Amino acid sequence: MVTGAQESNVDAGIGPGRVPALGELGPASDPAPLARVGGRRSRLRGLRERNLLIGGAMILAIVLAAIFAPVIAPHGPQETDYTARLQPPGREHLLGTDNLGKDILSRIIYGARIDLQVGIISVLPPLLFGIVLGCLSGYYGGRIDTAVMRLADIVQAFPFLILIIAIVAVLGPGLRNMYIAVALVAWVSYARLLRGEILVAKHREYVEAARAMGARDGRIIGRHLLPNVVSSSLVFATADVILYIVLAASLSYLGLGARPPEPEWGAMISEGQDYIATAWWLSTFPGLAVVITGIAFSIFGDGLADALRPGRR
Amino acid sequence: MSRGQYVLRRLTQMVPVLIGITLIVFALIQFIPGDPATVMLGIHARPESIEALNRELGLDKPLWQQYLRYVRGVAMLDLGESLKFKTSVASLLQKRMEVSLFLIALATVLTILLSLPLGILAALKKDSLFDQIVRAFLMVTMVMPGFWVGILLLILLSIKIGAFPVSGYGEGVVDHLYHLFLPALTIALSIVPILVRSLRGAILEAMFSDYVKTARAKGLRERAVILAHVLRNALIPAVTLLGLSVGYLLGGTVIVENVFSLPGAGRLLVESIAARDYPVVQSTTLVFAVLVILVNLATDLVYSFLDPRVRLG
Repeated sequence: MVTGAQESNVDAGIGPGRVPALGELGPASDPAPLARVGGRRSRLRGLRERNLLIGGAMILAIVLAAIFAPVIAPHGPQETDYTARLQPPGREHLLGTDNLGKDILSRIIYGARIDLQVGIISVLPPLLFGIVLGCLSGYYGGRIDTAVMRLADIVQAFPFLILIIAIVAVLGPGLRNMYIAVALVAWVSYARLLRGEILVAKHREYVEAARAMGARDGRIIGRHLLPNVVSSSLVFATADVILYIVLAASLSYLGLGARPPEPEWGAMISEGQDYIATAWWLSTFPGLAVVITGIAFSIFGDGLADALRPGRR
Repeated sequence: MSRGQYVLRRLTQMVPVLIGITLIVFALIQFIPGDPATVMLGIHARPESIEALNRELGLDKPLWQQYLRYVRGVAMLDLGESLKFKTSVASLLQKRMEVSLFLIALATVLTILLSLPLGILAALKKDSLFDQIVRAFLMVTMVMPGFWVGILLLILLSIKIGAFPVSGYGEGVVDHLYHLFLPALTIALSIVPILVRSLRGAILEAMFSDYVKTARAKGLRERAVILAHVLRNALIPAVTLLGLSVGYLLGGTVIVENVFSLPGAGRLLVESIAARDYPVVQSTTLVFAVLVILVNLATDLVYSFLDPRVRLG
């Protein structure tokens, strides 16, 4: 992590798993709350539960908008109206129209379907790889550990975005190939995180106890270690969803992700760039959708981090 | 361990990573679905020219021979020929890297100029209105896609106000600076939140440390405490973090150079992908990765000089 709370300085690069969850700087590296007593502290706790609620509510609203897009959106995402091209935001079209007279608001609402899916699908394979490799690496140590960590060093030597772009470049553009690229690259940060936690936890008494009772390695990892250490990875993964949404938007912008006329937010921003001199709303509003979704996941990840932090309950 | 030994050891640690990087970059070409030469030349190419390209790229030899040949080339700075530009990749990259490095340097300066005052003031006035505003600003900037920020800056400052050029690199150093200002600001805005968070956290941590309590107890004036003790200690992790964000900076250049049509290496990468100019894609990725390793090395060395507590062991 950036604050060095969970990873050493050397690992404090930037990429998935290392985007600071928003509350993190607050609680994790800010010693002040510890000094507080009584009423002040419980008020803070209330504030943090509010984070979970507000973030959760925002995400729920976005998810519902995506599911019920056909009901909510005033127009279809590909519905053209040549009599209303490049209309500024107004009563007819709340957020204006594009060069083909498509309603921007409707496209953004339908776009939520693509962007949410992309964010959530992207995070799962690297998280799974990271958990498996981090567990093996931390638990067994030795050669497995060396191999996994050296591979991690090499992958992390590449700038995250550039390695993703290079992989997508050879596999060919499209979101499916982006998922593959992300799976190949992003597991590293989850693996490092989990390995670190396992290294600490494997010498705990409950692990010794399980071993003394004759539990096999698989059972110790799966039933005893993992449930105790996995929460931080899950918190990061939640906050990382937005990272992948931004990544997908960036790839679409460069012509490597979703292609226009797909109403993907990044592709919409990209299309709008041709019209910035005359129609600022084309690029501006889809970007706002990314930002609002990002804030939702940040606040939620923040609240989640606090809820799961031991000793703060 | 002496300083010299530390440097030497740090250099030898780089060797396996460098080998790993060349392996991955080399493997990229192998991932191209189908026959690389056919993909590069298009399906209408004559069989003779495909065969000639295969021979030229050494693709008719066994893999390990191809790899050795590739590494030998890289070591002698022979990165092959660009298919699109018909010139040597090395000279092409050299010209384009100049622009990117200029951009990165300016972005770094802007990042420091923005982060220092924000981080220091937010920490010193913790929980004040200013702190709240800074934290809200960080939450928003953290999730803003870089290309969207670039487009917004273009709309506001170049098109509406006309204060900056819309695209291009200009002639002469002063003109370069003028053309690079908005792109550099765009990149800076994506790193500032990470740096400010770290700085704010580190300052708060330092303010509650024993050495600061001691400094206060011995009657040092508050200004002296802050300058000599708090800031001095808090800046070290910030410097490291800045050094480690170079990968992120490089990723930023790819996006931003495309938004502002700058003739840098990042734009070269995207152009080469579109043109299926794989030798250039490969080499750009390699150069970016090597740059990251070098900057990380420099950061580690600087860090060991800055912080006497770093054990060289």
